Amino acid sequence: MLNLVVCIKQVPMVTELPWDRQTGTLRRELAEGMMNPACKHALEGALQLKETHGAFITAICMGPPTASEVLFEAGALGADRCLMLSDARMAGSDTLVTSSVLARAVEIYCPDFDLILCGCHTTDSETAQVGPQLAEELDLPSVAYAEHLALERNILTVRRLSDGFMETLEMQLPGLVTVATQHFVPRYTALGGLQCAFAGHNLLTIGAEDLGLDPHGLGLKGSPTQIINVYQSGTHKENLVLNGSAKKIVEDLLERFEDRLGGAIGKDLKAGEV
Amino acid sequence: MKATNPARRIMVFGDYRNYFQNRVTLQLLSRAVELGREMAAEVSVVVIGDGVDEWVGEYIAHGAHRVYVYEHVRLKDYNIETYAFLLARLAAEEAPEIILVGSTAFGRELAPRVAKKLGTGLTADCIALDLKADGLLVQTAPAFGGSLLAEIVTPGVYPQMATVRAGIYQEIPHDYAAQGEIVRLALPEDLPRERVRLVRSERQPTRAQRLEDARVVVLGGRGMGSKKKFKGLYELAGLLGAEVGATRPVVYARWAGQEALVGQAEGHIRPQVLFSFGISGAIQHTAGIDDGAFIIAINKNPQAAMMEMADVAIVADAPQVCAALIRELKRRIRS
Repeated sequence: MLNLVVCIKQVPMVTELPWDRQTGTLRRELAEGMMNPACKHALEGALQLKETHGAFITAICMGPPTASEVLFEAGALGADRCLMLSDARMAGSDTLVTSSVLARAVEIYCPDFDLILCGCHTTDSETAQVGPQLAEELDLPSVAYAEHLALERNILTVRRLSDGFMETLEMQLPGLVTVATQHFVPRYTALGGLQCAFAGHNLLTIGAEDLGLDPHGLGLKGSPTQIINVYQSGTHKENLVLNGSAKKIVEDLLERFEDRLGGAIGKDLKAGEV
Repeated sequence: MKATNPARRIMVFGDYRNYFQNRVTLQLLSRAVELGREMAAEVSVVVIGDGVDEWVGEYIAHGAHRVYVYEHVRLKDYNIETYAFLLARLAAEEAPEIILVGSTAFGRELAPRVAKKLGTGLTADCIALDLKADGLLVQTAPAFGGSLLAEIVTPGVYPQMATVRAGIYQEIPHDYAAQGEIVRLALPEDLPRERVRLVRSERQPTRAQRLEDARVVVLGGRGMGSKKKFKGLYELAGLLGAEVGATRPVVYARWAGQEALVGQAEGHIRPQVLFSFGISGAIQHTAGIDDGAFIIAINKNPQAAMMEMADVAIVADAPQVCAALIRELKRRIRS
């Protein structure tokens, strides 16, 4: 039976971000959390391998205690065991530190793993760095942006689209893949699964001491990257605002900008005599 | 101009695989030369491969003071472990203050591994690089749900590493009279065997390139309401001779294919005119769009970020405006 590890992050739900109208900043503490989409695809990849080959799936999440929600979801979808790495001293860890913490957890709790699956990137910080850095830390062969996985004996064949090339790659396990979001469409959570997930006691909470980590090397303090300023983006343009019925707006728009639009599309947009 | 101090170095990874489509290495090189002038540093490019003379010459013609070349038949494919080993080894020996890598799919996989080997920080997919008075490299990257920009530094830790998005900096016009030093390096004897084997690689015809080249782009977001209504954008695009781009939620919902995704490393668009239908405006988009574009945004919410960066903000239901625009364009183009 395969021994699979899936790394999952909780991210703020982008479409529901609560903005502070006064300051124009994001009130992150009010944001609803969700399982990062690419991580959900990674979990789906693991579940499909489980269906074909049989597997024991360990889901690992690092974050504040409330992030364990996504582990319950993972359990409901079919993860067999969940590890919650949560320690206030880990808060603010950059990808270098995060990959070290995840690596220690894998070494201690999943020493006989065959394959680690990560999402190819998160929707919050979008670094796409933790997967490759985890592979580096554990000295594993790895492929990023995997779209198709096939396992035969101990060889994993991975297909991925990379810079305009469709590549087919092979590696011997143990290894790591980061999963892209085109294939492996996540399944729905069955109600029965949800019940099992909350009834079961397969969630383990782990702190820095459990991992034998020096707290000084963790979190903001231990991370080489520092954020010195955060601001809202936006270019400065003269705003023309159009209101009213769709028909009136469109007529107004074309009246004002028929030359500009017509020039760009190479067609004459002047209204004919009616 | 200050004399170049050879002890201060900026290193750029020479990502030549899609040289004719993706000029990100040349764009980075141009920015590196500017930064190098400010800090009196030498700019070098690292080229790894087999039969790479063409690129070596190109990088010198585009401003590199020095090109390090690893050339060997074992290097003919873009192998992640081998390339990461060589780049990290060279960086450890030459101690550059800054290493820049283009935000290609390969670069986004290579740079984290190199940063990990070197124990340094890495900022992903930067859209600006600037030097502070104290010489720290300020790396500006999209962050926090894609709605904000973060300025990131790595004080006291070297090299300072960043992957940088394509299309941000203008390449320097080539100058084939430019002189540069070529340093040919032998493969280290302890280079490990590559554990990831490339079985096959086929070039894909990508729509993304057409989207990048389109003069008019019709972008759609979740505000289009449904897959059926989203299809209206394709009809509109047909009338405008435009390409359709989509936000990530739209691609996830399968209203549009992955190739339409805008805002990824390779989805940087430079249209003259941009229509934005039902997009509230995450930075993936705002940063993915060139400043020069004439932006017409349609959204029910006038406070949406996309509306605030638009030249024309239309406060209305996006699918209705799409339908009305199709009708009006048909009338005008016929008449």
